[in-house]
Amino acid sequence: MVDVPLGSIGAAPAAAVDDVELYHPHSWLTKYVFSQDAKIIAIQYSLTALSVGLIALVLSWLMRLQLGFPGVFSFIDANAYYQFITMHGMMMVVYVLTALFLGGFGNYLIPLMVGARDMVFPYVNMLSFWIYLLAVLILVASFFTPGGPTGAGWTLYPPQAIMSGTPGGQDWGIILMLVSLMVFIIGFTMGGLNYVVTVLQARARGMTLMRMPLTVWGIFTASFMALLAFPALFVGAVMMLFDRALGTSFFMPAIAEMGQPLERSGGSPLLFQHLFWFFGHPEVYIVALPAFGIVSDLISTHARRNIFGYRMMVWALLAIGALSFVVWAHHMYVSGMNPYFGFFFATTTLIIAIPTAIKVYNWVLTLWRGDIHLTVPMLFALAFIVTFLNGGLTGLFLGNVVVDVPLSDTMFVVAHFHMVMGVAPILVIFGAIYHWYPKVTGRMLNDALGKLHFWITFLGAYAIFFPMHYLGLMGVPRRYYEIGEMSFVPPSAHMLNAFITIVALIVGAIQLVFVFNLFWSLRHGRPSGGNPWRATTLEWQTPETPPPHGNWGRELPVVHRWAYDYSVPGAAEDFLPQNQPNAQARQGTSNE
Amino acid sequence: MAVALILVLITVGSVAFHLLSPWWWTPIASNWAYIDSTIIITFWITGAVFVAVVLFMAYCVYRFRHQPGRQAHYEPESRRLELWLTVVTGVGVAAMLAPGLFVWRQFITVPQDATDVEILGQQWQWSFRLPGPDGKLGVSDTRLISPDNPLGVSREDPAGQDDVIVEGGELRLPIGKPIKALLRSVDVIHDFYVPEMRAKMDLVPGQVSYIWFTPTRTGTFEILCAELCGVGHAQMRGTVVVQEQSDYQAWLQDQASRSFARLAPAAQ
Repeated sequence: MVDVPLGSIGAAPAAAVDDVELYHPHSWLTKYVFSQDAKIIAIQYSLTALSVGLIALVLSWLMRLQLGFPGVFSFIDANAYYQFITMHGMMMVVYVLTALFLGGFGNYLIPLMVGARDMVFPYVNMLSFWIYLLAVLILVASFFTPGGPTGAGWTLYPPQAIMSGTPGGQDWGIILMLVSLMVFIIGFTMGGLNYVVTVLQARARGMTLMRMPLTVWGIFTASFMALLAFPALFVGAVMMLFDRALGTSFFMPAIAEMGQPLERSGGSPLLFQHLFWFFGHPEVYIVALPAFGIVSDLISTHARRNIFGYRMMVWALLAIGALSFVVWAHHMYVSGMNPYFGFFFATTTLIIAIPTAIKVYNWVLTLWRGDIHLTVPMLFALAFIVTFLNGGLTGLFLGNVVVDVPLSDTMFVVAHFHMVMGVAPILVIFGAIYHWYPKVTGRMLNDALGKLHFWITFLGAYAIFFPMHYLGLMGVPRRYYEIGEMSFVPPSAHMLNAFITIVALIVGAIQLVFVFNLFWSLRHGRPSGGNPWRATTLEWQTPETPPPHGNWGRELPVVHRWAYDYSVPGAAEDFLPQNQPNAQARQGTSNE
Repeated sequence: MAVALILVLITVGSVAFHLLSPWWWTPIASNWAYIDSTIIITFWITGAVFVAVVLFMAYCVYRFRHQPGRQAHYEPESRRLELWLTVVTGVGVAAMLAPGLFVWRQFITVPQDATDVEILGQQWQWSFRLPGPDGKLGVSDTRLISPDNPLGVSREDPAGQDDVIVEGGELRLPIGKPIKALLRSVDVIHDFYVPEMRAKMDLVPGQVSYIWFTPTRTGTFEILCAELCGVGHAQMRGTVVVQEQSDYQAWLQDQASRSFARLAPAAQ
């Protein structure tokens, strides 16, 4: 232990701090609805995001039905199909994954894990959720407007996004989408500032940056990145809204529609793509870094072993975060941008594989010589490594400019990004929910249902997306309402599509078991106690479970060690909580 | 035990699927065999990493599963191991990037003797314009588009007077001659994609992008639009017919005479 010497802060007196600065709620309404408690806000964020996730799941069923059994379901016409894929994509990326990792896990875990009473700006934190909810409502409202939601693809490329050949392009769909995104970004900024400032300013005594759990590092880095990346999307959305509603031409060159020249000139469609991907690529890591952090803690806790190479893990997170801002145009190799960009962006993109690979090695090396408990959170963590590794490796195809040429815009891309930023982070979300549910509710989730949910979700998702790469390698383009007749596509590929659809229906349906488990265990789950996983981090050391408003009672915790003192030689137990001063002391003297 | 076994089965299954499944790329019909080679290199390197990491995981899950009395090994970091892994990864990445960039340089460097062919996309069809005897394409402008001038070709430019316009979605190309495809869209973004040519590039309104390739076998190949261009995206198809030089010339003569006949009244 070179970096975090035990007891380096000596016998610091416990900080007895009255939580006078917190606003304690006086009514049911201010306690559970307009709450300023980060933990309640976290639950609000999570339930909203999971609800949007269920909508997005149904949309994915509908699009898979069309792809697997084209023409069988007459209510899915081309318009509806493009609306489904667009809303599925945007909902999952922004309104589910971003909101759940940062608004959900960030709010719950940051104050508890760094030993704070709450976020530093509780009122702004509350506003953040309500503005997020407004953004969700605006987005969902577009289903009920004339013309329906936009069908421009989640990338919303102009000019087609605001033209009549695209569903919602000349109706309300695209307007509501852009407004919803802008509202979301406003709400996120309020939350994001909170997460960053809380980590920097409100850590407990002794919680140095290099003692923070990787979960906090991941969420912190992702929030910081989101604060830098989302503004690019915001400007893009404002400009496109002007193009659509006021007739400006930011993204509109001189073009014709249905054989008639339009009154537009001078704009650049590529400008939007640069703005979009300047946001869009960091966004991938905004989703991935919290997952990296959380999975590190899950693996370490359930393998009863310190995370391997902690310092390298932190630097890798920061390196990935920084590099992710200079790789965006790898989404645009075949966009018609200056082809010389390809050299630069292929190089930066492949360099990012190095810190990412280090993270994978260190997760696996944490398992090595561990004491692996195959709990449900651990199973999800293992599945994350497999799917993330798979999706990360196919990223080396797409990042390597000339290899991207035949694969770009095919099902290979769809398979790649679902594996790497869909399946992998969602597996972490599930693992994290099984892991922290006891802290949130005081009860364990049902184990048998959890394992059933795990195996079908993991093996099913792998069976959906692994073969899909080969459809793309064959040349099947993405975003095709129907493949129809393609001379290079054998009939067996249609069978593969039908197979994928059937598995997708099953994997989707099994999520109901998970939802059932969430509600059933609330009342019938086994009582968990305060620290069922025997974990070291501060959130498991609260005086009460679930922790009340203010988290810590009268005394804030004092931190004496890093977050990964598992199986320390000579210690009485196989874990030493971060707030335990003496390595030889028995667990339980400092709390409960 | 079961978990370790399933991890092994996933690895074996994935490799078996890769080797045995009938789904693979369509045989190439252009000079870009280098792209296929780079993909193969990438498959080998990434495949080896995938197999190694997942099998090692399976080993760990089996060997270090919880048993009474087991204690994990406490070792926060190992600089040597981490450095070693970083260097190996760096070498692997370089082994993929170097050939990739090498081929990319060829991909964007158009040979001097390439023939210009304009490929024009609009919702939801393909049109083509070939240079006439002068070997040059005339200028065009989206603002000139009208029902009798769907491509917006300028009638003032002498270089455009002999251009051959092909509507109806069938492009013919001679075998063995490098083609520089000039890509232009009059409305939204499209993408010219011929899987057998390993060629793909967006057509962006307001600019002309390009891609080059040399057809290496005769036959009929499908043109797909690979960039979402509205509700008719999946129906935006065309064909490339690669012919022997003599067949191609005969077809071009025939087309040229028809184009002149059509343009003549307007050109007066």
